[in-house]
Amino acid sequence: MSAGIDLDNVCCDFGKFRAVDHVNVNIQPGEFFSFLGPSGCGKTTILRMISGFTEPTEGVIRIGGKDVRGQRPNQRPTALIFQNLALFPLMPIWENIAFGLEVRGVDKAKRRARAEELLALVDLHDSADKMVSQLSGGQKQRVAIARALAVEPAVMLLDEPLSALDLKLRQHMRAELRAIQKRTGVTFIYITHDQGEALAMSDRVGVMSQGRLQQVANPRDIYNNPVNGFVASFVGENNIFTGDVQNAADGMASFATPTGTFRARLPGAAGKLYVRPEHMVLQATAGAENSVAVTLTEVAFEGNFVSVHGVTEGGKDMVAELRNDGSAPIPSAGTQMHMVFEARNAAILPDSATAGA
Amino acid sequence: MNDLLRRYGKGLTWTFIGLTFFWLIILVVLPDFKLLESSFRPYLPVKEIGGPKDVYTFNNYLQIFGNEVDFNFFGLHFPLAARVKVFVLTIFYSGVVTLITFILAYPLSFYLAKVVSPKSLPTLFLLLFVPLWVSEVLRSFAWYIILTLKGPLNVFLMTIGVISEEIRWIDGYSPVVVTLVYAYVLFMLFPLYNAMQSLDSNQIEAADDLGAPWWRTHWRVILPHCKPGIASGAVMVFMLSAGSLLVPAIINSTTGNWFTQTIQGIMLEGQDWNAGAAFAFMLLLFCTIAVSVAMRVFRVSLSDIAK
Repeated sequence: MSAGIDLDNVCCDFGKFRAVDHVNVNIQPGEFFSFLGPSGCGKTTILRMISGFTEPTEGVIRIGGKDVRGQRPNQRPTALIFQNLALFPLMPIWENIAFGLEVRGVDKAKRRARAEELLALVDLHDSADKMVSQLSGGQKQRVAIARALAVEPAVMLLDEPLSALDLKLRQHMRAELRAIQKRTGVTFIYITHDQGEALAMSDRVGVMSQGRLQQVANPRDIYNNPVNGFVASFVGENNIFTGDVQNAADGMASFATPTGTFRARLPGAAGKLYVRPEHMVLQATAGAENSVAVTLTEVAFEGNFVSVHGVTEGGKDMVAELRNDGSAPIPSAGTQMHMVFEARNAAILPDSATAGA
Repeated sequence: MNDLLRRYGKGLTWTFIGLTFFWLIILVVLPDFKLLESSFRPYLPVKEIGGPKDVYTFNNYLQIFGNEVDFNFFGLHFPLAARVKVFVLTIFYSGVVTLITFILAYPLSFYLAKVVSPKSLPTLFLLLFVPLWVSEVLRSFAWYIILTLKGPLNVFLMTIGVISEEIRWIDGYSPVVVTLVYAYVLFMLFPLYNAMQSLDSNQIEAADDLGAPWWRTHWRVILPHCKPGIASGAVMVFMLSAGSLLVPAIINSTTGNWFTQTIQGIMLEGQDWNAGAAFAFMLLLFCTIAVSVAMRVFRVSLSDIAK
């Protein structure tokens, strides 16, 4: 009952603006797939094309292998959870949930029973006769999920549904969503600009920028092996160096920058050098290679980690993150130290997928 | 109250309140009260006013009865007092006007609020408003001209061959209803448009996404949301129609008398202000009852309408 989705060279234009640009991706049945990107990157347009509110200008969308172009939203086996949830405020909770069944001509007693079942599934017992306005943010969220599940969709589409919740609840709902997805086995397509959400919940993540899909991979690969500078800097923090590649061999290269020459991985085309703050090690003496002398400007204590900012002699800002595990004393601002990183933790990456790629 | 004082100062606040009270008490409440009071007193020569014959009585109200005629209400025949018949038909056809304005305004307001691109909205609203710049008298005459025996409607229909001889359009209540609909349709349109516009479009899409055909989306999501707008539009159109004197007087369909014309006849031609006042209050009372019953049936409260 869950279905896969193929986006085959999908483009979408709004006037002269190309919102989605040649997107190709195969989403597996039962997969939890996230589209991650900044606002305006085209991820919501993709969702609206899958649900049928927008038609692609070019390309084919297949749900469960069937071309759905020209099908209205009410004919597609998808259920969309809106960013603002779009619950019906004038209906009690159970009618909200059973609306899809009412449309399908299911009789009232069965509808009510099914609504109660779904309320139990999302841990909302005894709320069937309440009105939407009587529920809290997290409870409304669950009602929206139950309402979408009621029509037994093959695909659930979620448009940043957690963005209105506070941090604690958001983290709780992440786990909940993931659990509901596993329990029901429905394909989930999740749209978000929050990298933490995408990485924590998804089987695979597609990172988007300016209408183009930059990288599709599992969360670990997205974070550890970004294919380009956009993915690297959108997902997580970086120290970025500009410079020139020298002596490239076996996927490794030397990279000459104004700050110094570093050894780093070179997985593809040349570009800038990216090093994550947590891969920077602070030490009193210079390392054998990949070592940068800095004067610490700010030490920000964040609880589980310490964010250490420094500036090089050439005036370049650097940042390192230290785990607050007691293994090393926390340095203080003003100290002269060295930030050292291993070549395998640094990567030279091109800027982003170029047009026509 | 304190907010007002802080914002506008003592002088301005009391001037506003004073003017409002003047308008309400001197221009609305007192004249109406005087009219109500005189509706319970007999119509007497000036000399006898205040004399022994000037006592409170219900006679003015009872004048509505008498002079029985045959009343044919959709095939149902029974005898009814002539004035009561006009009264009943006035209320009934005001309801018809309200229903027709709703049927016209609902799709149009949906189109304006949810379909049309916001760029062309000012033009469309202008087109809707332009007829309002012409006075109601002229607009009623325009319909009178359109509907007369040798008027453009008959000429047009005969030219295209739909009818072979002129139809007497100005007969019975239909020309009055048509003209009232034209005169008051915007009073239904704007509250409906406001209500429609305040509906989150995501709710329409959500219903669509859950598989609802368009009519069910309207029935279960859009219409319930618009109920307060419909109610305030309906109250306005109904009250204005039932109280309209100008439109029925200009259309002047001899078989389509409006109760306001009866009142006018008694007050101006018969010079009997006491009976006229009594009839006017009966009309007000029954309209209010009709509106309250309708609001109870459709489960809308006054506070919904005020929104």
